[in-house]
Amino acid sequence: MLLNSTQMAQFAARGFLRMDSVVPEALNQQFLADVGHVDEDLVETPGSHYARVMSTSAVPVVPAGVLLNDAYPSGSALNQLMNLPVVAGAIQSLVGHSPVFDHHFLHITFPPRFYESAGAVPTSQHTHQDSTIDPRKAFDIQIMYFPHDVTRDMGGTRFVPGTHLRRVSEAAIGRYQNVRGQQHMVCPPGTLLFMHMGVWHGGGMNTSERMRYMFKIRLGPSERQVRLWDDSDLPNDHFQQRPIFWTGKRENVDPIHEILTKSEPWFEFDTSRLEYLNRIRFWRYLLGDESFDADFWLTRVENEFA
Amino acid sequence: MAMRQKIMVLYLASSALDTPVVAWAFYDGTGDESHMAGDCDDPPYTTGLAALKDGWRLIQANPLSGHSEGNEFRTDYLKYEFLFEQLVQINE
Repeated sequence: MLLNSTQMAQFAARGFLRMDSVVPEALNQQFLADVGHVDEDLVETPGSHYARVMSTSAVPVVPAGVLLNDAYPSGSALNQLMNLPVVAGAIQSLVGHSPVFDHHFLHITFPPRFYESAGAVPTSQHTHQDSTIDPRKAFDIQIMYFPHDVTRDMGGTRFVPGTHLRRVSEAAIGRYQNVRGQQHMVCPPGTLLFMHMGVWHGGGMNTSERMRYMFKIRLGPSERQVRLWDDSDLPNDHFQQRPIFWTGKRENVDPIHEILTKSEPWFEFDTSRLEYLNRIRFWRYLLGDESFDADFWLTRVENEFA
Repeated sequence: MAMRQKIMVLYLASSALDTPVVAWAFYDGTGDESHMAGDCDDPPYTTGLAALKDGWRLIQANPLSGHSEGNEFRTDYLKYEFLFEQLVQINE
């Protein structure tokens, strides 16, 4: 079940795709059992719970660089998750046929009482971009798996759509406490968030009475990421330009041009145009075609003579 | 009586103080308030000018800088950062 062109364009423009309730509940329960979830009353401290989960969990310890196909034992919850048609299709569309496993981690956020008993103050995670400065055209994805429902007070992952093409250095953006348009994951069980590696994000503070689990898997491509999705729905006029500013009544507008030139609430006036340029460049990479443009943004600045 | 700073960082849509706030942060040197990432989805002010009218003192603004050759289209950090302060008396 490959992604379609509209979904890919959404990913190119905003850096994420959210899929609610795509993981069956039986698999969610198997995953929680596999990782070693226990009732909150049996957890003494965050440290002891993490140590127990890390040492006893059925989640395998996997070296970076192995193929995803070899990362998870057959029959395990994570193997079944990766092979759900909707998940396998999205992975193939984004990072190809033989994606490379980078790392995975189980993020657990604990209710305030666990911190209070230790004399600590709970807080949210600073806004950051994962890993380090990464100027590649190629991209990795991070799959965030929410195996149980996440309510607003549980502090689900916060992220800022459209930040993925900004080249920043990991925690350097920690001063950005709040950004217009930021989203907080509030979702039903079995929800997945596919994120471009560059999306600014952070974990929220859990003020509920329940522990919150989020499992993150980072995958990289092993091939050029060109037209890996089902591109049969690309409009016939996809490479044609449309009128700009003086547009009259727009009819039958290619939705992908619209998606690539749609502003985010945090966009600055001038750099919003640079965001469009960079999105179009990213879409060219995905299409494998340097002739694509939307609203003349790149054609205009490429109109050069030797 | 001692003085403490409250700091507000506003990121605006352009170098003009009367343009919209796109991101923000607070740090309270009095210890009365605690702020953290993701604690509010609505900007504290519509513009930087609105903050001035409410009594905040501007203490730093990002300078405008040129675009180096080859990096003209690169985007990275939020560009229009303005630091404001309030001085608050506290009882020690």
